[in-house]
Amino acid sequence: MKINLTVNHKNYSLQINSDLLLVDLLRDHIGLTGTKKGCEIGECGACTVIMNGKTVNSCLVLAVQADGAEITTIEGVANNGDLHPVQQAFLEHDAVHCGFCTPGMVLSAINLLNHNPNPTEFEIREAIAGNLCRCTGYQQIVEAIQSAADKSK
Amino acid sequence: MNKHQIIGSRQKRVDALGKVTGAAKYAADYNIPFQLYGAVKYAEYPHAIIKKIVTAEAEKLAGVTTVLTCKDVPGKNHFGLIPNIRILADDRTRYLGDVVAIVAAENIKTANQAVEMIQIEYEELPAVFDPEEALKPNAVKLYDEGNQIVHHKVRKGNITEGFRQADFIIENKFTTQAIEHAYLEPEAALAMPDEHDGFKIIGCMQNFYTSHKVIAGALDKPLSKVQIIQSTMGGSFGGKDESATLVAVRAALLAQKTGRPVKMVNSREDSFIQSYKRHPYKMYYKWGCKKDGTIAAMEMKIIADGGAYCSMSPFVTWRSVVQATGPYYCANVKTDVYAAYTNNNFTGAMRGFGSPQVNFAIESMMDELAEKVGKSPLEIRLQNGFEQNAVTATGQKLDHYVSLKDVLQTSANESSFETCWKENKSKQKIGKKIVRGIGLACAYRGVSLGAEGVDAPSSIVYVQPDGSVSLASGIIDMGQGARTAMAQIAAEVLGLPLTRVHFQEPDSGRVADSGATVASRGTIMGGGAMKIAAENVRKIMENTAREKFKLSKGDIVFKNENIFIRKNKSEKKICSFDTLVEACYQAGRPLFASGVRNIAVTSWDEETGQGNAYFTFVYGTNIAEVEVDLASGKVNVTRFLSTHDVGKAVNKSMVEGQIYGGVAMGMGYGVMENFIQESGKAKTINFDEYYIPTALDMPKMKSIIVENEDKFGPFGAKSIGEPALEIAAPAIANAIYNATGKRIYNLPANLEEILLGRKLRRDVERGSVSCKIEV
Repeated sequence: MKINLTVNHKNYSLQINSDLLLVDLLRDHIGLTGTKKGCEIGECGACTVIMNGKTVNSCLVLAVQADGAEITTIEGVANNGDLHPVQQAFLEHDAVHCGFCTPGMVLSAINLLNHNPNPTEFEIREAIAGNLCRCTGYQQIVEAIQSAADKSK
Repeated sequence: MNKHQIIGSRQKRVDALGKVTGAAKYAADYNIPFQLYGAVKYAEYPHAIIKKIVTAEAEKLAGVTTVLTCKDVPGKNHFGLIPNIRILADDRTRYLGDVVAIVAAENIKTANQAVEMIQIEYEELPAVFDPEEALKPNAVKLYDEGNQIVHHKVRKGNITEGFRQADFIIENKFTTQAIEHAYLEPEAALAMPDEHDGFKIIGCMQNFYTSHKVIAGALDKPLSKVQIIQSTMGGSFGGKDESATLVAVRAALLAQKTGRPVKMVNSREDSFIQSYKRHPYKMYYKWGCKKDGTIAAMEMKIIADGGAYCSMSPFVTWRSVVQATGPYYCANVKTDVYAAYTNNNFTGAMRGFGSPQVNFAIESMMDELAEKVGKSPLEIRLQNGFEQNAVTATGQKLDHYVSLKDVLQTSANESSFETCWKENKSKQKIGKKIVRGIGLACAYRGVSLGAEGVDAPSSIVYVQPDGSVSLASGIIDMGQGARTAMAQIAAEVLGLPLTRVHFQEPDSGRVADSGATVASRGTIMGGGAMKIAAENVRKIMENTAREKFKLSKGDIVFKNENIFIRKNKSEKKICSFDTLVEACYQAGRPLFASGVRNIAVTSWDEETGQGNAYFTFVYGTNIAEVEVDLASGKVNVTRFLSTHDVGKAVNKSMVEGQIYGGVAMGMGYGVMENFIQESGKAKTINFDEYYIPTALDMPKMKSIIVENEDKFGPFGAKSIGEPALEIAAPAIANAIYNATGKRIYNLPANLEEILLGRKLRRDVERGSVSCKIEV
């Protein structure tokens, strides 16, 4: 079947099978491998993308469900090479270790700040509770998100 | 004042930009035209003789290119320290993660479908799942040689005499569980034939020199015909050694057979089912103690479950035997550590490597001793803890700076430990829903491989003709920050900003076999090699400068991208770094050098367990505060302080990152993580049932970095990766005791352990209903 969707402000019209997952569409059909597969059951959050203003686990979304949707992946976060304040804060606070959770983590953080520009520490932790990280213990990630929020005030 | 320009400062990671924009490529992100997809057929019994494998039907399926079994391996099918890991199961299956056949097909769906069509005839054998049972004379044998993998001993003094001197005895059994590394990136590899009768493999191997040998051995090719390219790695924690090698070598075998590129990607379930775990331990600790709080005798018997294959069991358990007494004086010691084969998942290297288990036992014993003699946990450790020039249980005199009491006292002061501990202890617990506690644990840890074996990594520094610098190291970055630490070391030596230095991906043909990136040896050993390589390049530059500018006296200083001459404490600029680079190339002196770091000062006697086990040690203390819900048994860690002497922090932010991450992993080990197998069948094979800490589980942590520079480390740097993890669980367990008055003997301290003092069994398949309560 045919679907139309917008990924990082670019329109795509694709012929796909109905059992294709959004994560596989992004990775295998349009080459956006920044979206990672860590568990494929919606537990780890490595495949997080923003779909119509909400974060979703793209491993739990069928590609057909994304027909007509507007999607942001990690590749679409920087603006013409200028990093998003959250990305910048992740670099400054050493919040990136192995980096496998980072795309999903950054998107969850951006989505939080889009809806809640002044989050408390608890709200930050809650917003990224669906994104597992095995390297950092989350502390520098929480600090980075807090600092991105503070700077945009 | 910082005497260095780049070492010791908070530099941004050199590889973080690509990771934060999605540009970084991990193994599964690589694709190549006309690639095939690999899939595996698992063993159906944990212990069985393979009578017959029928692949004809699978081979006929449209889209299937080939099906391979052990007979199709042209070279060596076995590998490992004791080479008994099977790439493809041959004589028998020994655990349910054994792979009996592999398939390559045009797409993954077809490959998986073909796997289902492979028929195997087995003769089921009795199996053994308990290492103590496995060591009994009449136990079912996994190998003809028997089930004992290794028996390490330490003998010091006379324990009979020691126990005779004792006023009382503390005797306990402790158990620890198997846990999963749970690196966020599952194992993956892309193998392809190259144009010169060789092979190229892109993968996420932690120990890619081993992978190199295993793959070349299996393909029956010389090492020079096999090129391993290390992709960006999504975590490893000791886990992507044999487990990642198995994925890569199976892909390579399929590529060799088909002549096409083959991609093999583990799902999370594949990763859990196949990969090795942290060794579960049973530990019998018996200490003879005196009323004054000293310890007259220590007798320890430890049994580790090695699972189906040897893997790193001899080395993991060796670290346990060396460190089994903790950093405490005792004149009479007898320690026996055994590892045994069972039909469980094999166990191997994991961050900590034999120390988290014994530290849990030691630090619990120490707290019990404190209570028996009416002292605080801090007092008892200050009384028994190692000081300068202490002699360990293995007879080693600690002649580096011994900072155990510094880290203990610093941590206690910072957290008001004594006051909090006394206050919690005296509080009424009965009738309360939430109780609070604080706990302490400390440890010493041998740095790097020690007397385990050869320890000599290499590095390369290449100052290119335009003055930019390329580095390569045999030490890999799996997320811990090796690229950045190496770049900082080279930049410091050459007086350059970090932006000028580029760290190249490791490649099996670029840098000489450096051994594995393990044992917290990356910075102290690999960084040491990098410093030597950079100094070798600098020597070429210094000689050229002296000739060109006719400088006989004075030191040449490399600083701020310029070259200076220092005479009588005054510095004069000679030229820019770039000018000198140009002069070197014009003089026919390319700026390329390698460096090797080799510190061969360790020794070991297998019979007595005496020797200089490690060339230096690190010291750390953790303090945990918990809230325990007495209604549910839930432990909530509310505050955490981690203090470590790292020698010298090359990059403070990265050291802190290692500490926080280590605490998180140690906390998971302490209160929630458990890889459950029943009759060899893994019950927790994805993150819906295997829990690792989330952002909501973690408290706000505080770290204190103590720096006592070590003569063996580059700029004095030692280690932090493993020390960061190894004492979190006992600190939490001791805090639980302080809160509840109940001692934890079995990890993890999850709900049932807190409420019932034991684990509940599951008798269902994976999913939905959890446990049957047998109260």
